[in-house]
Amino acid sequence: MSKDIEFSEEQAMLLDSAREFSKNQSSIDLVRARLDDDRAIPVDVWAAMTELGWGGIVIPEEHGGLGLGFSHLVPIVECMGRQLMASPLIWSAIAAHALSLAGTDDQKSRWLPATAAGAIGTMALMEEGGSWDLSTPICTAKLADHHLVLSGTKVFVEDANIADFIIVSVLLEGQPRLVLIEASSIDAAAVNREVIIDETRRSYRLTLDGIQVPKSNLLQTIDFTEIELAAMLLLSAEMAGGHASTLDLIVEYLKTRKQFDRYIGSYQALKHPTVDILIGLEASRSHVYHAATGFDADTDDHRELAVRMAKVVASEGCAFAGDRAIQFHGGFGFTFECDAQLYLRRALWGQHQFGDEVHQRTLLAPLILGQTG
Amino acid sequence: MSVTQQELDEFRRDVSAWLTENNPGDPGYLLPESFMEVGTDRQFEYLRSWQQKVYEAGYLGMAWPEAYGGGGQAQVFQDIVTQEMAQQRVPFMTNTIGLNWAGPLILQRGSEAEKNKYIKGILSAEDIWAQGFSEPDHGSDLGNAQTKAIRDGDDYVINGSKIWTSLGSYAKYMILLARTSTDGPNKYAGLSFFLAPMQTEGITPQPIKKLTSEFGFCQTYFDNARIPADCLMGAEGEGWSIAMATLMFERGNVGGQAGGMAVMDVNVNDVLELARRSTRNGKPALEDPLIRDQMVKLMIEAKSNSLMNQRSKIPALASDYQGAVPMSGKLRGTELKRRFCQFAINLQGADGARFVSNEAVDGGKWQRLYFNSFSATIGGGTSQIQANIIGERVLGLPKS
Repeated sequence: MSKDIEFSEEQAMLLDSAREFSKNQSSIDLVRARLDDDRAIPVDVWAAMTELGWGGIVIPEEHGGLGLGFSHLVPIVECMGRQLMASPLIWSAIAAHALSLAGTDDQKSRWLPATAAGAIGTMALMEEGGSWDLSTPICTAKLADHHLVLSGTKVFVEDANIADFIIVSVLLEGQPRLVLIEASSIDAAAVNREVIIDETRRSYRLTLDGIQVPKSNLLQTIDFTEIELAAMLLLSAEMAGGHASTLDLIVEYLKTRKQFDRYIGSYQALKHPTVDILIGLEASRSHVYHAATGFDADTDDHRELAVRMAKVVASEGCAFAGDRAIQFHGGFGFTFECDAQLYLRRALWGQHQFGDEVHQRTLLAPLILGQTG
Repeated sequence: MSVTQQELDEFRRDVSAWLTENNPGDPGYLLPESFMEVGTDRQFEYLRSWQQKVYEAGYLGMAWPEAYGGGGQAQVFQDIVTQEMAQQRVPFMTNTIGLNWAGPLILQRGSEAEKNKYIKGILSAEDIWAQGFSEPDHGSDLGNAQTKAIRDGDDYVINGSKIWTSLGSYAKYMILLARTSTDGPNKYAGLSFFLAPMQTEGITPQPIKKLTSEFGFCQTYFDNARIPADCLMGAEGEGWSIAMATLMFERGNVGGQAGGMAVMDVNVNDVLELARRSTRNGKPALEDPLIRDQMVKLMIEAKSNSLMNQRSKIPALASDYQGAVPMSGKLRGTELKRRFCQFAINLQGADGARFVSNEAVDGGKWQRLYFNSFSATIGGGTSQIQANIIGERVLGLPKS
């Protein structure tokens, strides 16, 4: 728990270039223009990200990646979060991580180099009912000769419409397992767009009934907590970025908007909560980079503790900032035209992925307080 | 000056051993929590002789210049001593205003004569220092100080009063902010800064009884008190800028303090330890999910504060708004302490209603800690003023 925050030259360079890239490729006007597209981000922007090598950051070198790990993806995702940039990068990295940890040799050599070169992967972990417990899927896989026959429904599957492969969690012979489905095995009718709170993202409902894949698409047994932690780390980084931009938006408005002949930022009722948002941001970024430090190496409790704390602090802070951003913009804040809603929507998405603050603190309690009673 | 890790490790072992051997231990009565609560002579003498012992061992003011009584060594050595003191929970260094505020100020902005005269006595605790900034009617509005200092021949004649003078009854010197002029473009222009001798006719420190029933603060009255003109630090009219420099040291925004802790160290882990042995309605408190959740929240917040300090030292991860972390340190730290002390009382069931007595949990330590925690959320600029300062100086928001 006492591990220091480390940040290398290499990470700093990635942070700089990602800041620049996402500013150019995801201005607020571009973000708004993309809200009605089928893809979260245009093909050419994804190609440019691939060109920068980002798709291979968490993929081991022997499989065509850069082997830098999640600690190096975090600064990039933070920058993307600042610009409300949605892209398949987060879920591709998590899918690649699942393959690195539990893929068979064939699966790794087929998909990891491809992902590093721009193939899009995603994961289907959530199911109807809103449970955050990933370890007990209701969806099933049944062995039939050399095939796995899948059934059930997955929800909140990001980028399912453009993914080259999807890794789904199912129950096989009573055990939670991961199965890789190639896009070619999925009928278009099985993928249906969901209405979600964050309109910059593309989320889908995936019907597994009728899908069958070769038995060789089964991944080895894996503790799903590994996947959960990687996803939460990246989501927390994204939220810290969103939090930073929400603060900028508020500060700018408080400095320029006048009411009753005074700049509204001079009122303590607005100033003091804005300071709380600033302090929350400092905490959030600190926890995110603390969790990123050692994430790729450690195998002890430190990772889970650090990541869950980051998730608590990042989603609490970001959701508060978004909430206040609406309020402080007054009547304008109530309109779709005001950017505050984009940040609040983004915050609420992140907050409800993989467990909100109450859920995380419940899981943190035994880690922090020790087994008591 | 390059120091090897091995040297540092050895030094740490030496310090640790020395502290174990020389820790003055429990005097048999409740010690004050900080220099602001020193209310009895026996508490004061106990703490003064402990500081003297630490200084004589060479463990205080280690990074201050040798010429004035310091150790002339790298800051890292003093930091190790301070860490080990916290670790072993030895008593705090009682001459706090001298060590942490007046001393570094004199070293930064004082004349050669002032350095020679004051620094050694600060370190040895021979000369106790007090602070005369706040006034009864102007709490956090320092710039509005009304205590007058009028030049008369070789003296300044002081009239007015200062409040919250910690260690006022024991102090030999006071850093004093007073008004030498009412002309000038604004209220700040007429302020001047003095290093005033307390044993002066017309200066009367009157102890104030606090909400805890303890003493420790004074209201200091100035009634035609004549102090030598060379007590003026800098020039007339520079008082505000020197006072601001002092506050930078006081709030820990800049380094240069002599070292050692200034308060009895109590942190969130002590509350966790209390929670482990507390019961509510006959059951362990930590089995109550709401208590667990509150405890976890406090632990995370404490972790946030320590991680922020680490992160803000990494240039590539610098804050978007410069100064956000150091400028908010007092606000974050003091407000967290107030809330965890409050929680510590909530843990005690009906015994939460007790106060300092044998029947109370830990002798009533937590109730006293909670009450005294307000001294830090109010003193040195209230939390609300801190929020204004951060909003205006860090975020660039318009003045309130």
